[in-house]
Amino acid sequence: MKAFGYTQARDAADAVSLAHRTPGAGFIAGGTDLLNLMKDGVQRHDHLIDVNRLDLAAVTGTATGLHIGGLARMRQVAEHPAVRKGFPVLAQALLASASPQVRNMATIGGNLLQRTRCGYFRDTASACNKRAPGSGCPALAGWNRGHAVLGGSEHCIATHPSDLAVALTALDATVHVLGPGGPRRIPIGEFHLRPGDTPNVDTALRPAELITAVEVPNSRTATGSRYLKLRDRATFEFAVVSAAAALHLDGRTVRDVRLAFGGIATTPWRSPDAEAALRGRSLTVETISEAGRALVRDAVPRHDNGFKVELVQRALAELLNGMGGRR
Amino acid sequence: MPNPPHHANTHTRRTVLKSTTVAAASTALLPDAASGAASPAAANPGDVVRVTLSVNGRSRVVDVEPRVTLLDALRERLGLTGTKKGCDRGECGACTVLVDGERIKSCLTLAVMRRGSEITTVEGLADGDRLHPVQAAFIRHDAFQCGGCTSGQIMSAVACVREGHTGSEAEIREWMSGNLCRCACYQNIVAAVADAAREVRR
Ligand SMILES: Cc1cc2nc3c(=O)[nH]c(=O)nc-3n(C[C@H](O)[C@H](O)[C@H](O)COP(=O)(O)OP(=O)(O)OC[C@H]3O[C@@H](n4cnc5c(N)ncnc54)[C@H](O)[C@@H]3O)c2cc1C
Ligand code: FES
Ligand code: FES
Repeated sequence: MKAFGYTQARDAADAVSLAHRTPGAGFIAGGTDLLNLMKDGVQRHDHLIDVNRLDLAAVTGTATGLHIGGLARMRQVAEHPAVRKGFPVLAQALLASASPQVRNMATIGGNLLQRTRCGYFRDTASACNKRAPGSGCPALAGWNRGHAVLGGSEHCIATHPSDLAVALTALDATVHVLGPGGPRRIPIGEFHLRPGDTPNVDTALRPAELITAVEVPNSRTATGSRYLKLRDRATFEFAVVSAAAALHLDGRTVRDVRLAFGGIATTPWRSPDAEAALRGRSLTVETISEAGRALVRDAVPRHDNGFKVELVQRALAELLNGMGGRR
Repeated sequence: MPNPPHHANTHTRRTVLKSTTVAAASTALLPDAASGAASPAAANPGDVVRVTLSVNGRSRVVDVEPRVTLLDALRERLGLTGTKKGCDRGECGACTVLVDGERIKSCLTLAVMRRGSEITTVEGLADGDRLHPVQAAFIRHDAFQCGGCTSGQIMSAVACVREGHTGSEAEIREWMSGNLCRCACYQNIVAAVADAAREVRR
């Protein structure tokens, strides 16, 4: 790892101001992604600002929803009674992530900002437009089994690896940030950016901005929410394909629904078309498969990842069937 | 990945500092939290920071650059080589230690980030000659072959038992999944964890 300086920030304002005025600075929270990237020379900060002592780790159930501090650990959120009761998809997505040790360390803010697991991105000997803009994307014509079939561009087809972000997308969460210009809120659907012409820019976060919290609104769909993650091994692995559904059923009629997917797209992928195929209709084999087809209508399969087009539809059917589709 | 330079012992470290970087070192050695310094810790690239860690109930001082992981500080600076380095990327669990009672991967955290934390390594489990119940269960069940993963498995198991994730074989497998065993001793590891859980609950 290259040498870097280190400062322990006292509070959020201190952290932001340090990041603003220190060249090459980055925040370190759990360190579980950042240190791997630094060891591999993928990310090269001159200075790390330790945000672990900031008072931003509380998880609280409020009258309107859930307030998760940006420094809350994955384990803490997964175990929180308000999360398990009102937002099961969140607890399930977190418990299906990483390992117990990593979940004890990793934070919610850091999780949203984790970088892609694309092998070309993480190997500094490879070209990669996300790591070295303009160098090319070897995944397009190379080994792309893990890559996206939706939301890609001619410059990048790397998937976003976070399970948490998929769950938060189905829950209509809002990310709260503090920057040199003050606080602002970013809807989760606008937080992660498609690669387009600038695959090096992952998120809407501006330089020196700190994630202070994530807010999740209470809803009937949130209470009836679930996560399904398909992996290459039983556990301790990133998703090949994952699906989050937040569903409000009235008998068999879908009152409201939110669907989000992981592993298939360059960002956590919400599908309004798939939702529209279900909303107000009866949850049946037919409407579910219609939703699945709507989800993948614009899919662009590559050499090794075409199987995801079928797999994600099956994942959606499996998930919704378990939530009342067959009853 | 080249590791930051290591110095075999305190003496060598001091000698190096004295002979080559006296001026830099005197300003760079920062007071740690335990000494009551008011200002938050800060260091420039290449600076050496004095970090006081509480390891297995003893206060230990290490002078390290910020880039030194807790794992390397334990192994290379404090000579506590019971904690193993497998992947150095958070993927294998060999480096598992307890920090303030919770299991973490020591390859993914910096020593400077752990000032004032209570760290337990495999060397700190036994009470004199009396092994920890998890250690004894691993021996009874022959839960290892090469031993490369074993201290990490044991530290993880201590936490797993304490967390209460030992209700069934499937539950143990899920909650021990952050610890890989390349010798594939999983069957015996699961049996040892289940047995240790019974022992501890007794
Ligand atoms: C072996 C392994 C397996 C994993 N498996 C999974 C998995 O199955 N599913 C999954 O979703 N994830 C998985 N992960 C990823 C893991 O969840 C992330 O590494 C973790 O959530 C990152 O959080 P952190 O606090 O450690 O972030 P750090 O590593 O400290 O930081 C990550 C990035 O976020 C920035 N940052 C951190 N906090 C803030 C903040 N509050 N404001 C602004 N910027 C901030 C940092 O500057 C850095 O750029 C795995 C990781 C490992 C090592
Ligand atoms: S050495 Fe830390 S997890 Fe492998
Ligand atoms: S005993 Fe050899 S790796 Fe587990």
